[in-house]
Amino acid sequence: MAEVVLSGITKRFGATVAVDAMSLTIPDGAFVVLLGPTGAGKTTTLRLISGLEHPDAGEIRIGGRLVNRESPAERDVAMVFQQYSLYPHMTVRENLAFPLRSPILRTPEDVIKRKVGAVAEVLRIAHKLDNKATQLSGGEMQRVSIGRALVRDPAIYLMDEPLSSLDAKLRAELRIELKRIQAQLGATVLYVTHDQIEAMTMATHVGVLDHGRLVQFGPPREIYEAPVNLTVASRLGLPRINTLPTSLFGDAPAGAVTMGLRPEHVHQGEGKPATVVRVEHLGDQTRLHLTLEGHDIVTLTDVHTHLRAGATLPIRPRDALFFDAGGNRIM
Amino acid sequence: MAEIVVKNVRKEFGSFTAVQSSSFTVRDGEFFMLLGPSGCGKTTTLRMIAGLELPTSGEIWIDGEEVSQKRASQRDIAFVFQMFALYPHLNVRNNISYPLVSQGWSRAKVRAKVAEIAGILDITDILEKPVGGLSSGDRQRVALARAIVRDPKAFMMDEPLGALDAEFRERMAEELRALHDRMGATTVYVTHDQLEAMQMGDKIVVMNHGVIEQFGTPQDIYDWPATLFVADFIGSPSMNILRTDGAVAIGQREVRLGDAVIDVPEQLAETGGSVVLGVRPEHVALDDNAPCRGEVLATEYLGTTQIVTLSTAFGDVKMRTSSGTGIRVGERVGLTFDARTLSLFDAKTGKVLLSAANRGVLAHG
Repeated sequence: MAEVVLSGITKRFGATVAVDAMSLTIPDGAFVVLLGPTGAGKTTTLRLISGLEHPDAGEIRIGGRLVNRESPAERDVAMVFQQYSLYPHMTVRENLAFPLRSPILRTPEDVIKRKVGAVAEVLRIAHKLDNKATQLSGGEMQRVSIGRALVRDPAIYLMDEPLSSLDAKLRAELRIELKRIQAQLGATVLYVTHDQIEAMTMATHVGVLDHGRLVQFGPPREIYEAPVNLTVASRLGLPRINTLPTSLFGDAPAGAVTMGLRPEHVHQGEGKPATVVRVEHLGDQTRLHLTLEGHDIVTLTDVHTHLRAGATLPIRPRDALFFDAGGNRIM
Repeated sequence: MAEIVVKNVRKEFGSFTAVQSSSFTVRDGEFFMLLGPSGCGKTTTLRMIAGLELPTSGEIWIDGEEVSQKRASQRDIAFVFQMFALYPHLNVRNNISYPLVSQGWSRAKVRAKVAEIAGILDITDILEKPVGGLSSGDRQRVALARAIVRDPKAFMMDEPLGALDAEFRERMAEELRALHDRMGATTVYVTHDQLEAMQMGDKIVVMNHGVIEQFGTPQDIYDWPATLFVADFIGSPSMNILRTDGAVAIGQREVRLGDAVIDVPEQLAETGGSVVLGVRPEHVALDDNAPCRGEVLATEYLGTTQIVTLSTAFGDVKMRTSSGTGIRVGERVGLTFDARTLSLFDAKTGKVLLSAANRGVLAHG
């Protein structure tokens, strides 16, 4: 495993700047998740590290080695894609062994056998090793395709939304499994997703991307509790953070234009009278959709609340975040 | 707008029974969800209400009229599909006008109606645009406008948000529900996404293998599932299911997990077979002195809360707790369960056992 360092990487496609002067250090043994909406530059960053794309400017170092001019094979990276692509005519065992049989690696048969066995164990597919790939469920297929990357022991694993094609239950299961495997192997992982739950639950470090720029980089808790700007604040948190003009409640620091108020930081029972528009019962939580002087506010309440649409509820902010006219946070 | 009553409706395709014998009532103005995994019969049920399929037996009443053998065109309902088909050669205005023009409305009336609907859906400024270049959200709004413009008795929606990405789906779900609150139109909505169903629905029917597992309000179904299938399907993470020892007698107020005695609501039924205990993740708490022990397998940070996965002798348990609680992987902890919220299920039939706590919900489900 190795540290991966990007310094001032830029990538253009025609007039579009996909990645804009990005500098990013992926520490050895870290699970880094790049989070951002479609078109933010997540996948391009991944492809630049893998060597599938070449940067217009900047340097990429893997384990201290400048790799800008190296081919994907020379860079010693393993990729897992969103759509699992297994060889349908091969068994699970043959699929897992395939990367090790590549002429560059020349792995001895007994090592192949040991590695395939170990990875199958970790991924809990040992009992399916002799099944054809086509006889597997979707979740098993995706585990095999992850396994095909894991047998390799590369400098870094690059994963591009590997769970997004799976159903919710399986996704939740594999989230835990991936994190466990990464910790167990001490692997360095760069993982791309637009799913904030995946970012928060798996990452040691989250990088939030917007329009090709790295806006913030840090542990999930830091990103959630201390976002540098409004984009990052809105990226994490369900329901989304409420954004309100500071004039609504008054009492804001100098220069503040917008107040960001997490749903759990809307204090209920005193303050300004808001009107309940809708009560949403999600089972484990109940959301209140409120309106106050023309502004929509979402907050959480007691699961079995007696509040109904039309009711009045006094509210005031607590632990609000403040942002200036440019959307940057005022500390 | 109208009430829809489905009575003992059954649908067979050759030797395959898609819908066994469904009965439920959609009240006037309700947003009603048909929820279940693929192949459960939810879409077939919707298509029978719409008249796109005819039931093998049973009755369907719309607005007091039995329509089960009538054609779709005679039922006065509007259908919104997942893959919204717009007329590619017409602009937005003409797409929305089309149902009215084909019914012979005057041009002035059509113009006024389209303006009204465009206002409701906030698409007034794209009315003259061709549909080709629209974003997927705007396409969806145009498809909705075309369905709404006729003022039908009810709307049928088949996973209308299924093709959208997660973030956008969340926003469209909010928009759709707000639209419903303004119009109050009876809506039957098919989805496989339990969160979407909970979030938008006034009532939910949960289906599996052509059978209705449960019918009720989202919170009732979440709190008091009628079957193990519902307990697992609703909620993320699902309800925890733990193996218990021994049978259940009428009046019983506790079950055993190994050495631990777990208080449960008073049981109103008895069973000799094996019983499992159902507990929602937010009703599990840590207590160092509790006799029920577990080992922490994983923690997942979610902002204000975290999900902790534990291994116990009775099965894995997921708990939802404040992210301020410091918990380490590998740690051994004691677990307690909120007695008022627990359900017991017959492990063989998968049905919940009647208790003093779930009696009220099950009586009308």
